[in-house]
Amino acid sequence: MMFIRYAAYRLLTMLLTLVVVSMLVFVIINLPPGDYLSNQIAELRATGQAEGVAKAEFLRTEYALDRPLWQQYLIWAGFAPGPNGFSGLLQGDFGWSFEFDRPVADIVGNALWLTVLVNLAAVLFVYAVALPLGVLAAAKSETAVDYTAAFVGYLGLATPNFLLALMLFYYGNKYLGLPIGGLMDPIYEGEPMSPGKVKSVLLHLIVPTFVIGTSGAAAMMQRLRANMLDELSKPYVETAKAKGMSPTRLLTKYPLRMAFNPFVADIGNLLPSMISGSVLVSVVLGLQTIGPALLTALKSQDQFLAAFILMFVALLTLIGTMVSDLLLVLLDPRIRYGARDG
Amino acid sequence: MSNLPDGRYIDDAPYDPNVDLSALDRSDMDAPNWVLVWRKFKRHKLGLISGIFLLLSYLMLPFAGFISPYTPNERSAEYLYAPPQSINLWHEGSFVGPYVYPITGTADLEEFRWRYRTDTSTPMPLEFLCEGDVYNLFGFIPSDTHLFCAPEGATVFLWGSDRLGRDVFSRIMFGAQLSLTVGLIGITVSFLLGITFGSIAGYFGGKTDWTINRVIEILRSLPELPLWLALSAAVPSSWGPVAVFFIISVILGILDWPGLARAVRSKFLSLREEEYVRAAEMMGAKPSRVIRRHLLPNFMSHLIASATLSIPAMILGETALSFLGLGLRAPAVSWGVMLNDAQNLASIEIYPWTAIPMLPIIVVVLAFNFLGDGLRDSLDPYKA
Repeated sequence: MMFIRYAAYRLLTMLLTLVVVSMLVFVIINLPPGDYLSNQIAELRATGQAEGVAKAEFLRTEYALDRPLWQQYLIWAGFAPGPNGFSGLLQGDFGWSFEFDRPVADIVGNALWLTVLVNLAAVLFVYAVALPLGVLAAAKSETAVDYTAAFVGYLGLATPNFLLALMLFYYGNKYLGLPIGGLMDPIYEGEPMSPGKVKSVLLHLIVPTFVIGTSGAAAMMQRLRANMLDELSKPYVETAKAKGMSPTRLLTKYPLRMAFNPFVADIGNLLPSMISGSVLVSVVLGLQTIGPALLTALKSQDQFLAAFILMFVALLTLIGTMVSDLLLVLLDPRIRYGARDG
Repeated sequence: MSNLPDGRYIDDAPYDPNVDLSALDRSDMDAPNWVLVWRKFKRHKLGLISGIFLLLSYLMLPFAGFISPYTPNERSAEYLYAPPQSINLWHEGSFVGPYVYPITGTADLEEFRWRYRTDTSTPMPLEFLCEGDVYNLFGFIPSDTHLFCAPEGATVFLWGSDRLGRDVFSRIMFGAQLSLTVGLIGITVSFLLGITFGSIAGYFGGKTDWTINRVIEILRSLPELPLWLALSAAVPSSWGPVAVFFIISVILGILDWPGLARAVRSKFLSLREEEYVRAAEMMGAKPSRVIRRHLLPNFMSHLIASATLSIPAMILGETALSFLGLGLRAPAVSWGVMLNDAQNLASIEIYPWTAIPMLPIIVVVLAFNFLGDGLRDSLDPYKA
């Protein structure tokens, strides 16, 4: 019961945060002087294409872009009814992309799932790598294993993601025959799911997952190692050792269990940076996620597209953080409900 | 230790009535705090080496133009994509001093790339303290003296040249000026904001604390890069490189402060209950004075260590933004701008040296990490 109440409270704060985030996003998107349509209208006027101007003017009124900013926001978010049936984000109408001249939903549709897929794969990768390596580094601390792990970790932290991506693509293709660019073979593009398509997607996922996950895995590994070392120096470990518990069982039964809490809690810190990373990496690697679309939209001031993608990225992060908070409560009964501030 | 008949224990050592009661328990704690910290830091070899390296790198910045043989935007039209050249000392068994071999380039029209042939018959000694293109020493003294430059008829591309025939080595030197200072400016902004908001939240508590805390939470839950992208896309393209540079650093700083503010706040929450704070307040000190004079000095060193650890993120951030074309733009030279040129696989395949700017990035980021770790470990000299 307590848990359900806490979950409800957490959900509520998340929604409130989302509202604030939407305002922030809207303001940021509107920071650059001018907007896509005014630029386009000016350009069309200059080149004397009257029918184009009419269309742009139509879009302007259709999406309420001729109103004051705060009204634009309310309409875009869906808090207020828009003119001519533009119902806003809340009702699933994401607006119109002026750059691509199609509804935003059409453009990002598939990309959304691929973004979630790539990030999920990266999170799994981080856990799969950081957990064994971190425990190993702690158990064998100050040996060659530890130092190697630390060195690899530091390198992972220090190498810019996009460079790692280029390098891995190049060498992966040269020596392992991994595919370059994209998330699936072009022949599967727009095809229904089939074993061949799944295999192709998985093959294409290898490099991006590795690239996006590396820095996160490195950071998490260091943290897990530090936590484990803290636990290992506690008296109960010594007692267990004195009573003749086998080293493996000793390690996995108690300290690992304890060191696991921050591991879950960290997802809140991990997710924003990984999603950031995935945007950048997608641009470099040409993945069909929302990364490249965001960059184009930002550069051409395609405001609905850019705003929607930013909102989606923020939503993904917020959901991830919430899930990690809830998991943490389930995992560690000592964490008190509600009072989360020290 | 001997046991007296009545059950008490007594030390066997002879009693010395002249013992110095104010003597230190540990003889190695005989100096002010910063000396102790320095002593401990010196033993952290990796941190020490990194610190010295970074110090030298930053000291080098004003002299970047002097050290590099070319200026960053000087083009050699006949040497596009020239490979790195080596500087040799000995030619056919005799000592000539530092010299280079002249190279000549031909366009390979079958593979569409440049090929260079080295003429190893004529060594051409380098010139020292010679005249080259004009640059600004310290950023404002015009000068045309370079530490070394290529002799007439030869080139000295230590790390090759790029697609416009510009010297990669010189560009890395000049690029360091922007790439390294971005972190410093960014961290200053982040420091000011973080300390101000963190200390206000921690010191006053209550509603102020709640509000600031929510802001911190919201900012922290947002992915940085898309925000950086959005904010830098808002920088008008008509602005000059210097203005763009400052704005980018400030943007990096603005999105970095929440982490710092959180640390400051939690520290303040516990410190404001200390007696000396109460005493200062009783004597009528204003909050700003209590914060500045009594509270902040307590953990300034911790803040500096954590700032050192967040500089790399800013350097990487600038690189990423410039790489995507949303950060610094062409006439300005930074490591990210240079990597922008190395964006495609073809250039890494054929002209791998265009990706060299990644090396200084990795080295500097590693150095900051090691330095930060070293500082953090040595901040508490009283810990055994």
